[in-house]
Amino acid sequence: MIRIESVSKSFEHQQVLKQIDARFNPGQTNLIIGRSGSGKTVLMKCIIGLIQPDSGNIFYNDQKFSDFTPQQQLQFRKEMGVVFQAGALFDSMTVEQNLKLPMDFFTNQSQKEKTDRINFCLQRVNLEKSNHLYPSELSGGMKKRVAIARAIVLNPKYLICDEPNSGLDPLTAILIDNLIREITLEFNTTTIINTHDLNSVMEIGDHVIFLSEGEKCWEGSREDILHTDNKTLNDFVFASELMKKIQ
Amino acid sequence: MKLFYHLGRYFLLLRRIFSKPENHRLYFKQVIHEMDKLGVASLGIVAIISFFMGMVVIIHMTINMGNPLISDIYNSYTTRDVLVLEFSSTVLCLILAGKVGSNIASEIGTMRVTEQIDALETMGINSAAYLIQPKIIGMMLVIPVLVTLSIFIGLAGGMFIAKIGNLVTMNDFLFGIRYQFKPYYVVYSLVKSVVFAFLITSVSAYHGYYTKGGALEVGRSSTLAVVYSMITILIADYLITQIMLS
Ligand SMILES: Nc1ncnc2c1ncn2[C@@H]1O[C@H](COP(=O)(O)OP(=O)(O)OP(=O)(O)O)[C@@H](O)[C@H]1O
Ligand SMILES: [Mg+2]
Repeated sequence: MIRIESVSKSFEHQQVLKQIDARFNPGQTNLIIGRSGSGKTVLMKCIIGLIQPDSGNIFYNDQKFSDFTPQQQLQFRKEMGVVFQAGALFDSMTVEQNLKLPMDFFTNQSQKEKTDRINFCLQRVNLEKSNHLYPSELSGGMKKRVAIARAIVLNPKYLICDEPNSGLDPLTAILIDNLIREITLEFNTTTIINTHDLNSVMEIGDHVIFLSEGEKCWEGSREDILHTDNKTLNDFVFASELMKKIQ
Repeated sequence: MKLFYHLGRYFLLLRRIFSKPENHRLYFKQVIHEMDKLGVASLGIVAIISFFMGMVVIIHMTINMGNPLISDIYNSYTTRDVLVLEFSSTVLCLILAGKVGSNIASEIGTMRVTEQIDALETMGINSAAYLIQPKIIGMMLVIPVLVTLSIFIGLAGGMFIAKIGNLVTMNDFLFGIRYQFKPYYVVYSLVKSVVFAFLITSVSAYHGYYTKGGALEVGRSSTLAVVYSMITILIADYLITQIMLS
């Protein structure tokens, strides 16, 4: 379980996050949605501790993250799987080595077990036969999928994905959504996904938080989303003429 | 004020770099890899530079000591000492600072701006230690070898010109380079090179690690890395010489 308590963050000239409260339960897919520039990535980086919020607290299972020493934070992060918006693959390593690095660090498995696990994870993101390619030889969507495979290779307790399916075709996007959902249910992970893809919202939005200009402006499940009278959210969801007609 | 800020951050980074490694075997592999990438890959440039330095130095020595009262053996004797004391250690390391320093800063800087360092941190890996420690240790191990090679190649360059240009007879040359040989000078030279190796890698890694922004800033970091590596090398050269030779 991850809980954030009135988190605020400003950069020099603008306030990006304004007093955000939220609670993300394990075993369900928590979505943070919002327009481009609404502060999703900044919020995610606050949650994983890469950005220090100006005020407010992050709790992991009721332990305050900022109370940990740097050493404890490192320990703690072994249980985290993070997918960055741009993938953040290690470009001096092949796909296989990218997945192997966390295993080399934190497990005592044999080479064979590691290779099996790597192949299994790659297969789940539909990327067999790419083991020996370098990130520069992959397409944008393939990079994303490798990043997802790398995030799940150690069966994390917390899975945090920044737009895992942007840049993917609709079929692959749904595949990735379902993969994340399966993992969440199977291992009871606490999953947080940033997205602005409405298909994902409808597909896996167990718990949805809508950010607008740094404020939490709506919260609910995917069923509620179609029947809300929140104007900003309606503008976001029914942006296209076609969707307006459907509404 | 800015200087104290950077110094403080530099020492804090050093403390992170030398915290206990999570996995010794992995670090050992990285050290070997870095020795190859940073050291062995520099063999070519080291050989060329040293050969030319040796050629130039012996020409200078012959011109400046072209005096019938001074024996020809002093030409190669002074060439040897010049190479051992400064050229093959300090000058060579200044040049390597350009090659290795910019390489390290741009590699680590790119990893910073493309969030690869953030990715390491969120995996629970101490990114400073994993990325930088093997580079520092690898360079400190490999630079003394490069310096030693440079001395020999420099002497070969000198011998080549002495022979071609009829500057010194081979007998005098070979006698000169063994005349009054002080092993302590070699020790001094190697100690310097190890310190320089530490400075080049840590200063360049510092500039790469704290890069902010994008590709443009990576370029800026790698320039700064070279400039500051060179300045710290010169300061260290002065200090070590003061301590060890005077
Ligand atoms: N390091 C930074 N320094 C200054 N401003 C920043 C920084 N990072 C983000 N911002 C600002 O914060 C705001 C929110 O950015 P953020 O990356 O969180 O948006 P986002 O919701 O993830 O958008 P997208 O969907 O396009 O990824 C933007 O206006 C951006 O300019
Ligand atoms: Mg974003």
